[in-house]
Amino acid sequence: MISIDLLFEAVLFGILLGCFYAAVSLGLSVAFGLLDVPYVAHPALLILGSYFTFLLSKTGLDPIICGLLLMPVFYLIGIALYRFYYETFERRSSDTGVRGLAFFFGIAFIIEVCLILVFGVDQRTVSATYIGSSLEIGEYRFPYRMLVAFGIAIFLTTLLTLYFSKTFNGRAIKAVGQDEGALRLMGANPVKIKQLAFGIATAVNALAGAMLIIVGPVEPAMDRIYIGRTFCVVVLAGLGSMSGTLVAGLILGIAESVVMMTLGASWAPAVSFGLLLLMLGIRPQGLFGR
Amino acid sequence: MKYSIYAFLTILAFLGLSLMNVNEYIFFAGFVILQFVVLATAWNILGGYAGYVNFGVPAFIAVGAYSAVVLFKSISAPLVVQIIGGGILAGLLGLMVGLLTLKLRGIFFSIATVAVVFILETVVMNWRYVGGATGLQLTRPPDLWIFDTYTRMLFFVMAVLAVCSVSIARYIQDSFLGRGLRAVRDSEEAAECSGVPTLKIKLIACTISGALMGIAGAPMPMYLSYIEPTATFNLNYSISALGMPIIGGTSHWIGPVIGALLLATIQQVVTVTVSNELNVLVVGVLLVLFVVLAPDGILGLIKKWKQSSK
Amino acid sequence: MDNMRRKVIGTGTAALVAASVPGSLVFAQGAPIKIGMSMPQTGGLGAGGQAALIGIRMWVDDVNAKGGLLGRKVEFIVYDDQSNGANTPGIYTKLLDVDKVDILIAPYATNPTAPIMPLVKERGKLLMGNFSFQVNSKVQHDMWFNNAPWNDARGWSEGFLEAGKNAGAKSLAVFAADAEFQQNLANGAREIAQSSGWNIVYNQNYPGNNTDFSSIIRSVRAARPEAVFVACYPNEAVAIMRSVNEIGIGSQVQIFGGGMVGLQFTPVMQSLGSLLNGVVNFNSYVPGMKFPGIDDFFKRYTERAVAAKVDPLGYYLPPFNYAIGQMIEQAVNATKTIDNKRLAEYLRRTEFNTIVGPISFDKNGERAKPRLVQTQFRNVKDNDLEQFRSPGKQVVVWPAVDKQGDIITPFDRARKAT
Repeated sequence: MISIDLLFEAVLFGILLGCFYAAVSLGLSVAFGLLDVPYVAHPALLILGSYFTFLLSKTGLDPIICGLLLMPVFYLIGIALYRFYYETFERRSSDTGVRGLAFFFGIAFIIEVCLILVFGVDQRTVSATYIGSSLEIGEYRFPYRMLVAFGIAIFLTTLLTLYFSKTFNGRAIKAVGQDEGALRLMGANPVKIKQLAFGIATAVNALAGAMLIIVGPVEPAMDRIYIGRTFCVVVLAGLGSMSGTLVAGLILGIAESVVMMTLGASWAPAVSFGLLLLMLGIRPQGLFGR
Repeated sequence: MKYSIYAFLTILAFLGLSLMNVNEYIFFAGFVILQFVVLATAWNILGGYAGYVNFGVPAFIAVGAYSAVVLFKSISAPLVVQIIGGGILAGLLGLMVGLLTLKLRGIFFSIATVAVVFILETVVMNWRYVGGATGLQLTRPPDLWIFDTYTRMLFFVMAVLAVCSVSIARYIQDSFLGRGLRAVRDSEEAAECSGVPTLKIKLIACTISGALMGIAGAPMPMYLSYIEPTATFNLNYSISALGMPIIGGTSHWIGPVIGALLLATIQQVVTVTVSNELNVLVVGVLLVLFVVLAPDGILGLIKKWKQSSK
Repeated sequence: MDNMRRKVIGTGTAALVAASVPGSLVFAQGAPIKIGMSMPQTGGLGAGGQAALIGIRMWVDDVNAKGGLLGRKVEFIVYDDQSNGANTPGIYTKLLDVDKVDILIAPYATNPTAPIMPLVKERGKLLMGNFSFQVNSKVQHDMWFNNAPWNDARGWSEGFLEAGKNAGAKSLAVFAADAEFQQNLANGAREIAQSSGWNIVYNQNYPGNNTDFSSIIRSVRAARPEAVFVACYPNEAVAIMRSVNEIGIGSQVQIFGGGMVGLQFTPVMQSLGSLLNGVVNFNSYVPGMKFPGIDDFFKRYTERAVAAKVDPLGYYLPPFNYAIGQMIEQAVNATKTIDNKRLAEYLRRTEFNTIVGPISFDKNGERAKPRLVQTQFRNVKDNDLEQFRSPGKQVVVWPAVDKQGDIITPFDRARKAT
């Protein structure tokens, strides 16, 4: 049956995978977890980041550099999106639930279809020296592309956690989710703070998108499975918890990897959505939520 | 009294159309348009009246479709039995999903419905009897009743289903259930406080909505002579099923009908003349435009135009 | 592409308008004969489909230059199904009811073709198959004729398994996607393996859109098989080869491959380069095989392909797609009609002369005399397309009649062989 060796390798791979999932969910953790924006278009923007990375990398640049270069662009996109959302929906608070959701759902589909119209349904990949070979430790082989993604994930999570705890703006972002009024009294403009947060969330998406296309081929319809993975991580973590996102990502990654090894790859898509439903049914505030 | 006459006349009209000597493709495309009338109406019962956005439309369609496949494959069930079976099972799914998630806030309900789609899709993909991920080829039975081709019969059946679902939506809208749902949409807390059994009516709405979607999905395997999970569970159904009522207008039963007839017809014309993708783009763009600029849909625009021209 | 779209719009709307008036269908002498199909031009099969399409278009131009069929011009209508079987029922219904096509050609490959089999059977239409595998086995349509050089799983996996046995392999790992072609082939291979005494140590299916094969390759490696039979489609083939290269398959593997679609497409071969070495896989034509008249075809093909920015070599599909046209031409000219039933009768009993040799069909519409080869990739360099023009890169190892060299085992040694 399944040997301990194989299981151990699956867990190790799951850790790498999990950190990757955590990193791609960070943006959502901020936008939805902290700001309560029904940001179902997050995975679509993730795939958009991957495609932009693909385009940029044609100039010969390393995909990670491309991702970093795209961050300021996506920051601006995030600010614009939030501004629009705020003016149209949050301000006039009637019926925001349905309309806000429908809006972002519509945006997600528009992005996906535009990608199909421009790039076609073919899979796209990038190449780099570290893609295609692995690190050999004894009997185990760790693909470098996963190690790179792992490294970026750790870097991003640490950066964001420090930002939210050490800087004024960062703490303000954390505060605006909890008590807008108090924040206003402290002299910060809540709308500007939320805008900043959304911009950061979308900028993170750019680098996460670069990671996605490093780890494997992308195609326009991939945003759909990533709705499950990212929302699973955010809900599992509990709204508003950054470090919780990393733990939740690890849980998801290991679960998926072990399921793939034991039950087979055909059950893998159900893992993230199943965990999500389970969490929503038993403990909707997540593991670390407030 | 007037409404039931209109409903009866509509059914007669479709019957007449199905027997006329016109291009076969009209029935092939018409089936899809009528299917969306049912889906939009069904979605609106929970989404428009109560304000709970169901993204998991394909899950209910697929339950309807795959129940029909199982009934057909196991006991050669006739079409009517397939449809009823599909409706019952999809309704049960609606009830279960409701029990699990209707206590949660809006967006959590919506994400949970997406989860149901993928989980069911994975289950079906691993179920060899209905073809798994490969899919199943099906041979249509020779029973055509009074029609020339099977597609014409399905077209008429779907027309009848459309009239039925619209009638159900109309009945709900004017009943105690409808008033309760509107109260939930406006303010769930206030509704609770004034004694409305919010959970119960939400569950009823979810069940009926799911059942109707299942009914819309049940004839699909026979329509294509083929079924496979990726197309049946496609999230494109979600954006259409929620876009059409929002564009048409969510507050009245005629809104989804207008939205579906208009949008689905555009989609079919686009598919025939240009390409498949543009379908989804049309719905997506119109949805965003309406949500931002005309939140009450076409009905709302008509109302405003009537008021301003007074 | 834009030109084709405009033509499609024109044809589509005109046909829709004209055809909505009942009784307006009158064939005037000189009205074109319409041949229609959907071809995967994007998506996983797109690289192959685009090349195949050029093969058919070459035939359409050739036959029209000779005066058409029965004195009427041949009009060719094609759509893109995006390698997605969900799109084909709608497209073929459109072809029949809106475009009013006279003769249907199937889309390239099994998976887009499977969904339309019940439809064409119910409508009683002739369908010219296009490199599908056993797609008619359940529906049993009697007007189906497949141009592919194989018949059933026996002809396919026998060669692979025999070569493995000769190298001393006794244990077999099989994995395949859960989709029509891959399952048809893998099931057939499994049956043959079991009945000839192989020990199957690994047997798994994966979802067709799987992109990460690390856990599968790891599990295969852990089962320590001596032969690995894979049935997969192009996107999966690329991911699998990359994964095998990343993680390794085990030093005891003698022979790897078998039913990997996509490793015959020139763009895929070019992008995988040296990752291909050692793989034993099926093919329909490789340089060195003798087919009369085929060199001239490739010359003309390359001109058009380069202009269209498509696979310039065109070995795998284009000649066989040209052959579909040739068979239609011969059948129509011989029976003097486009009546599908009469054409089907003629196709059933005739042996056709085509640029890929003689083609005749058995009672299921498959090739009566299969001519599939198993080749081994050797000495393939990275990023070099022209290298595939000369023999020696895909060495035919089976069957004996086309053999160009002996198979090199084990797999690891073959990867480094020159």
